[in-house]
Amino acid sequence: MDVSPEFAAKIATLARLRLDADKLERFAGQMGDILKYMETLAAVDTTGVEPLYGPVAHVSPTRPDEVVRTCTRDEVLHNAPETDGRFFIVPKIV
Amino acid sequence: MSRYEAVIGLEVHAQLRTKSKIFCSCSTAFGMEPNENVCAVCSGMPGVLPVLNEKVVEYAAKMGLAVGCRVNAASVFARKNYFYPDLPKGYQISQFETPICEHGHLAVTVDGSEKVVGITRIHMEEDAGKNIHSATENASFVDLNRTGVPLIEIVSEPDMRSAEEAVAYLKALRSILVYLGICDGNMEEGSFRCDANVSLRPFGQAELGTRAELKNMNSFRHVQKAIEYEIERQADLLDDGQAVIQETRLYNVDKGVTASMRGKEEAHDYRYFPDPDLVPLVVTDAQLAAWAAELPELPVARRDRFVSQYGLTPKDADVLTAERDVADYFEETARLCNEPKKAANWIMSELLRELNQAALTAAACPLPPAHLARLVTLVESGKISGKIGKQIFPEIFAQGLDPETYVDQKGLSQISDSLALESAVDRVLADNPDEVAAYKAGKTKLMGFFVGQIMKATKGQANPALVNELLGKKLA
Repeated sequence: MDVSPEFAAKIATLARLRLDADKLERFAGQMGDILKYMETLAAVDTTGVEPLYGPVAHVSPTRPDEVVRTCTRDEVLHNAPETDGRFFIVPKIV
Repeated sequence: MSRYEAVIGLEVHAQLRTKSKIFCSCSTAFGMEPNENVCAVCSGMPGVLPVLNEKVVEYAAKMGLAVGCRVNAASVFARKNYFYPDLPKGYQISQFETPICEHGHLAVTVDGSEKVVGITRIHMEEDAGKNIHSATENASFVDLNRTGVPLIEIVSEPDMRSAEEAVAYLKALRSILVYLGICDGNMEEGSFRCDANVSLRPFGQAELGTRAELKNMNSFRHVQKAIEYEIERQADLLDDGQAVIQETRLYNVDKGVTASMRGKEEAHDYRYFPDPDLVPLVVTDAQLAAWAAELPELPVARRDRFVSQYGLTPKDADVLTAERDVADYFEETARLCNEPKKAANWIMSELLRELNQAALTAAACPLPPAHLARLVTLVESGKISGKIGKQIFPEIFAQGLDPETYVDQKGLSQISDSLALESAVDRVLADNPDEVAAYKAGKTKLMGFFVGQIMKATKGQANPALVNELLGKKLA
């Protein structure tokens, strides 16, 4: 599959990346190469084969509905770029 | 009459009443200090893995069973990718292609006729956190306590044709969730939320029109008003030959209108893909059978039973079974006083009004069923009049008083003793000789006057039947 710079720009927007035109051109080429390589798989006839969602064939483990506290708030906020000790503080979003 | 038919589909998010979050062991307790219920998993630290809460699966499956869904033996969690500060991982874990439940339906009654609304799917997902936007500082404050709280999303088919049908469906859905004990159903606090997809098409046209998605409606009334407004807005556009734009619109409570979000959140591309951290979830036949056996009596079945067992009208049975708490309260009261119809009337006319005014649920009612049962008995045995019963109701309700003690202390017992009443009757007749003469001369309408005077003299405690009987004798 060929990837156009416009398509690369859309992907960049969704990923919140701002890329200039020559980078978009370069990344579009690289994305196209990756997708082309993946298309090798399309050559395999998968008619009647159930989709496999993971490489391991075991069922999802669950846990009982019990509350266990593993962190203090100080620990949770410890690496936040900005905090007042109660909240994570981020640039204004509205 | 509009030339257009409205087509409405609803997406409901119900917060599940689990103790811990969906993929980690943090508490789901509401009203905590910010970021106290947060750990490495729900704050999206690198290298952590989600582990599914078994109760979430049970609750989602039970809701599916209650609305006739097929519960899939295997279902898959998917990542819904978008960026927002209240979503620390950069994706929400949800279900996409293979949800846990599919193909259900719910019958609702609107204006006396039954309507079946299809349920497309029910899936499990995690809630996002909360952002608080500062008015003064150039910053937003993020609280992740709600991040990872379990939700089920219930998606309907576009089967509803009016705001009334949409509200009836929502009420029925909420009632089932509360009966199952899996959601508290509180719309104002956001544990039961609804988005509505609304479009119009000319009558007779099979093809659907362009829809708008309505958000921000946190009461049944808002849902009703928002949909009604939106139907009119779209009809005006179509009448003028303009196109409806597919967009998200927020309901403005103060103005009673819907307004476009101006494309800010538009052109979503969530790039769903199966979450590699979670293998497919398997639900066994044995689990399903056990959960099916645990289902309580649901609202519709209970309503039918109230009609047959207690002889209530379907309308009254509807009112009493809409809320599980109220239905439980009624049954306990009816059992204790053995007067189901009377108990029903007291609950519908007095109790629900007081609960409503005090903004309380029946479960938090200060007056226990045993006390209401005693009040019913006091009135039915003639110890107090129905009028006195209603007069004292607000006070015994608010303070949870035993009506029998209250009546004795206040001396409110009805005077059913004919000797005691006779003196009151004699006094009234003696004090009003002109009226007695007029009555005897044929002005029989004065009977009401005498009854009124006697009631006044006895502070309303006279047994009305006995008063009438005595007056009849004395004036003959």
